Amino acid sequence: MMDRSGNVVGVAAPLEWDDVDTDQIVPAEFLKVVEKKGMGRYLFYRRRYGQDGAERADFVLNQPAYRSAAILVAGANFGIGSSRENAVWALLDGGIRCVIATSFGDIFENNAARNALLCVRLDEPTVARLRSLARKGAAFYIDVPAQTVTAGSEVTAFQMDPHAKKRFLEGRDEVSTTLETCGPAISGYEARMPAWAHPSSVSPVE
Amino acid sequence: MGSSVLSKIWDAHAIGEDEDGRTLLYIDRHLTHEVTSPIAFEALREAGRKVRRPDLTFAVTDHNVPTHDRDLPVESGMSLRQMELLRQNARENGVMLFDYESQDQGIVHVIGTELGLTVPGITLACGDSHTSTHGVLGALAFGIGTSEGEHLFATQSLWIKRPREMRIKVNGRLHAGVYAKDVVLKIIRDMGTGGAIGHSVEFCGETVDSFSVEERFTLANMIVEGGARTAIMSPDEKVLNYVRGRRFAPKSSEWDAAAASWRELASDPGAGYDAERSFDVSRLEPQVSWGTNPAMTVGVTETVPSPADAKTERERVSIERAVGYMGLTPGMRVTDIPVEVVFIGSCTNARISDLVEAARFVRGRHVRQGVRALVVPGSQAVRAQAELMGLASVFRDAGFEWRNAGCSMCIAMNGDELKQGQRCASTSNRNFENRQGTGGRTHLVSPATAAAAAIEGRFVDVRELGRV
Ligand code: SF4
Repeated sequence: MMDRSGNVVGVAAPLEWDDVDTDQIVPAEFLKVVEKKGMGRYLFYRRRYGQDGAERADFVLNQPAYRSAAILVAGANFGIGSSRENAVWALLDGGIRCVIATSFGDIFENNAARNALLCVRLDEPTVARLRSLARKGAAFYIDVPAQTVTAGSEVTAFQMDPHAKKRFLEGRDEVSTTLETCGPAISGYEARMPAWAHPSSVSPVE
Repeated sequence: MGSSVLSKIWDAHAIGEDEDGRTLLYIDRHLTHEVTSPIAFEALREAGRKVRRPDLTFAVTDHNVPTHDRDLPVESGMSLRQMELLRQNARENGVMLFDYESQDQGIVHVIGTELGLTVPGITLACGDSHTSTHGVLGALAFGIGTSEGEHLFATQSLWIKRPREMRIKVNGRLHAGVYAKDVVLKIIRDMGTGGAIGHSVEFCGETVDSFSVEERFTLANMIVEGGARTAIMSPDEKVLNYVRGRRFAPKSSEWDAAAASWRELASDPGAGYDAERSFDVSRLEPQVSWGTNPAMTVGVTETVPSPADAKTERERVSIERAVGYMGLTPGMRVTDIPVEVVFIGSCTNARISDLVEAARFVRGRHVRQGVRALVVPGSQAVRAQAELMGLASVFRDAGFEWRNAGCSMCIAMNGDELKQGQRCASTSNRNFENRQGTGGRTHLVSPATAAAAAIEGRFVDVRELGRV
């Protein structure tokens, strides 16, 4: 859940494995969907459901305590692999507002910032401690303006990219901002773009 | 202090900065495909905008197109819908599309370089993580998400944080039968899947210099699996020769000026890097991935790791999980692993030189009974060239399926996929769980090792086959 000031409060689910790639977050077969809404249905699809389509009891988000989780406490290299933004949309649509990990895939982190999914990066001992607090069902509170995670009675500060922070707290239409503030710079480059940087004249579309 | 090739291109394209330390980069080339573009085009339409520079934007259908006979109907309704949407979106915006039936169709990273859409000195972006491939030609290339794609359509620019720079030097002469694919698998194995996060990787060293441009594509393509943001190399004469004469490359009158500018791009001797790594590959053996990410790789003469060898508890859990998923016994020899499917394809290893190397191990022999083997060329142009060179019949005669171009079983969106529990030797770049089909088991290898596995029905050390 996100409160009015843009902070995240809620249950945190521990993910017990590293290298959660975006293929695991949303399998490729669901990339054919052309709407963002409802993507939460496919979140962690292969881990969530067995081959018979029934929920797997061993998957954390299927357990009663974590069904409404708003936070994931992962490990190393969360969101590596494919550039699919569907991974971010599925997490958000599935109720996840924040992922805590020791590192993130670059494109994933970029996509997350553009969709106000919070990525909190902390060192391994801290993440391990938070994971064990999540296992015990501690309440989590992430104060974005102050850049702290409160879990149970433990408060941890985290670093945050200023831009991601702004995007998270304000949200804004980046295209309009770019065109308003940088329109002349874009046209300026286009006027001086070297001839060789342009695709040379070609046969028409087949 | 000299400048790196990345700095030179970066500085020439940086047209703005924000208070958060991001740079607005002008993007000279935008490549797009049917899977990551529909929502970006839709958002553009909703905002009442059009693609700003259709002349710098190129579209292709590759990720989910069937690779069977192009005269047969496309069966999947979802694939058809995405292909049709791309057609509509391209038409509406005046963007050139290399469609399903086109002779120029192929995997976006194969045709981009093949058609000369990628040239040295430009910035390029594509909604796909392996966009790093284009860096081989001395272009600064970024894989982007769908929201960034929308921004790029509308503004022909991207807000990017300057990546840190890592230089990877590769030295040593490779043993015959050992390839660029083995080199990059070894690098990822040593660095881990997160080893290059946040970095652009510049490759150099005598091994890289001696590689053909196509071999370099394999390196740059796959280093993304080590977490790299992108890859880049100083363009040399091999690169200039590669680019010359390609369809969209500068023509005769412009060529000399272009080539002169491109020769200036190479990293200066005094350029500084945030991180440096070096690898000696003179004793490298062919590599085979055994687990569920590309860093889980061993040499072909080694054995499958055991959870008992793990240094930490998390590592133990991950080895146990991976070995379980892959259906392997810890400690078994790689050469005892049986193979049921062989996939030679993808933007990592489906160019003509890859097919030439694979064919060496196939010529005059037959695929082992019970093994299904496919060759899916990276582009229709590669396919046509392979047919001219007689490679197609080498594969067909040996019992391989000879397909049309597309991503195919690399991502398994088009119906080419593994069945539950099937084990595949694949020349692609990702061995994640379910990547090649639900419950499928992927071993990443070079085209030579894949081809030999098709013949033998298990992994073999291609150095011992006497065919190179
Ligand atoms: S071949 Fe595979 S890795 Fe390459 S672009 Fe297609 S899906 Fe991506």
